[in-house]
Amino acid sequence: MSQLTDFTLAQVRDGLKAKEFSAQEVTEAYITAIDGADALNTFIVKTPDIARAQAAASDAKIAKGEGGALEGVPLGIKDLYCTKGTQTTAASKILEGFIPPYDSTVSGKLAADGAVMLGKLNLDEFAMGSSNETSAFGDVISPWRREGSETPLTPGGSSGGSSAAVAAHLCAGATATDTGGSIRQPAAFTGVVGMKPTYGRCSRWGIVAFASSLDQAGPITRDVRDAAIMLKSMAGHDAKDSTSINRPVPDYEAALGQGVKGMKIGVPKEYRVDGMPVEIENLWQQGIDWARAAGAEIVDVSLPLTKYALPVYYIVAPAEASSNLARYDGVKYGMRVDDPDIHVQYAKTRAAGFGPEVQRRILIGTYVLSAGYYDAYYLRAQKVRKKIFDEMMGVLSGVDLLLTPSSPSAAFGLGEKSDDPVAMYLNDIFTVTANLAGLPGISVPAGLDNQGLPLGLQLIGRPFDEETVFRGAQMLEDAAGFTARPTPWWA
Amino acid sequence: MSIDKDTVRKVAKLARIALPEERLEPMAEELNDILGWIEQLNEVDVDGVEAMASTVDVSLPLREDVLATNETGGGQPEAVVANAPKTEDHFFVVPKVVE
Repeated sequence: MSQLTDFTLAQVRDGLKAKEFSAQEVTEAYITAIDGADALNTFIVKTPDIARAQAAASDAKIAKGEGGALEGVPLGIKDLYCTKGTQTTAASKILEGFIPPYDSTVSGKLAADGAVMLGKLNLDEFAMGSSNETSAFGDVISPWRREGSETPLTPGGSSGGSSAAVAAHLCAGATATDTGGSIRQPAAFTGVVGMKPTYGRCSRWGIVAFASSLDQAGPITRDVRDAAIMLKSMAGHDAKDSTSINRPVPDYEAALGQGVKGMKIGVPKEYRVDGMPVEIENLWQQGIDWARAAGAEIVDVSLPLTKYALPVYYIVAPAEASSNLARYDGVKYGMRVDDPDIHVQYAKTRAAGFGPEVQRRILIGTYVLSAGYYDAYYLRAQKVRKKIFDEMMGVLSGVDLLLTPSSPSAAFGLGEKSDDPVAMYLNDIFTVTANLAGLPGISVPAGLDNQGLPLGLQLIGRPFDEETVFRGAQMLEDAAGFTARPTPWWA
Repeated sequence: MSIDKDTVRKVAKLARIALPEERLEPMAEELNDILGWIEQLNEVDVDGVEAMASTVDVSLPLREDVLATNETGGGQPEAVVANAPKTEDHFFVVPKVVE
């Protein structure tokens, strides 16, 4: 019955509804697969008992002809989403043992729609990283390897547990979050689909905050249809998140078959960066040809401020993080290093609880917000952000979508970039602009490099026009016919 | 604007992170590498540009002035202190801060 884990989320949903198999059978198959994949370190906490109870409840509902849109579908939840009664750590030592008394809005909505929770997925600490190497619970190992090599590769980050688990068929789909590329880059590295919706589309309430003006929840799934299905359940207005937008959530799945005929798709020349492998350049051209063949009009566009997006991000995100992470003081929750002086206790607790990358970003954020530097760094970054936003909106007034590569390289080896923060940050060069401008973006697997590693193409759309993004993504998926899978060396 | 050891010490104090003395110099170097790369923002003309804090153009909604009964509502002190390292009678316990 292990083939049950090879069904897409849509196939599981439809098979359950048709009573071809039970939620308990699918869930059991995933629990077995997860237990056999400890080498990948995708889960921080496994929740088989919760999953079994939820699956039994789903089967009872399905038997009565009831149930939600995801009834009985087993999912992995990124360990940044608070889950009532189940440890939530953000992959940080400072939150080890934290048991939320409530569910995040998005994970609660998935549960309300009948989804089964298999466990909490590993990530970079507080989602700060592009390789899943900053987790206090160890690196996630990609299920993918270079041909003829056993070098452990990164599954990308920060949603590395989500991407690896979906790619290795350890869950039917996974939640993720994207602050600078943390859904799309890991999806590209592991040959799966990652969708970051418009800022404000999904509630941030109950998701551990990193950079509040950039963070956005979204799904990582095996194909475009699955992403459309999951996003429908995740999206929607929430009064508990003041930046959540009150707009109806369309039926994204219904948009998939509508094609791209007559659409204008922009190709920004500034996304051709130095040192980008020729295979990525070729794949991008391939994507352009696919879009044209499907009836889209290709438009050359220019986004000259692109190169400033990452430097803006590395001021804005750490500044917001330094404020958000001030709450970890060893008083209200999480770990504490005792000291008779409360100020020393704060400082010792935070030094012991936060890992090196998180400390680095808090220090940068504190510095750029401090008296004397605020105008030169933070205020200037906010102004450049406005110019980038205006530039993107200007270009998107003339085209429906932008087509770019998802990342400037294929997955790299663990340890290869961890000593050079700036080299690591450059991973997000193609994804970060969508966060600064709050735009929806998706990464679709489109091909393999000459070492057999997946490469992704990205589409960026207008605010709240996820439907057009999904239509374009379906076109790419159909044209690419990407069926490659990692060899299950871990099982 | 280059960061020296003393600046790192000051910023770490502001951030309430106890950095050991031997980490100050390496951290200054790491931060300078990052900030040096960020300096390219000085090339951009931002005269007359308004600062953007959020892409969402909405005024903050106000809730009704009544006690909420959902997860964020009152009347659940056990849940509020459940994860605290040290509590007593629904209070957070910290070292003495007032002489």
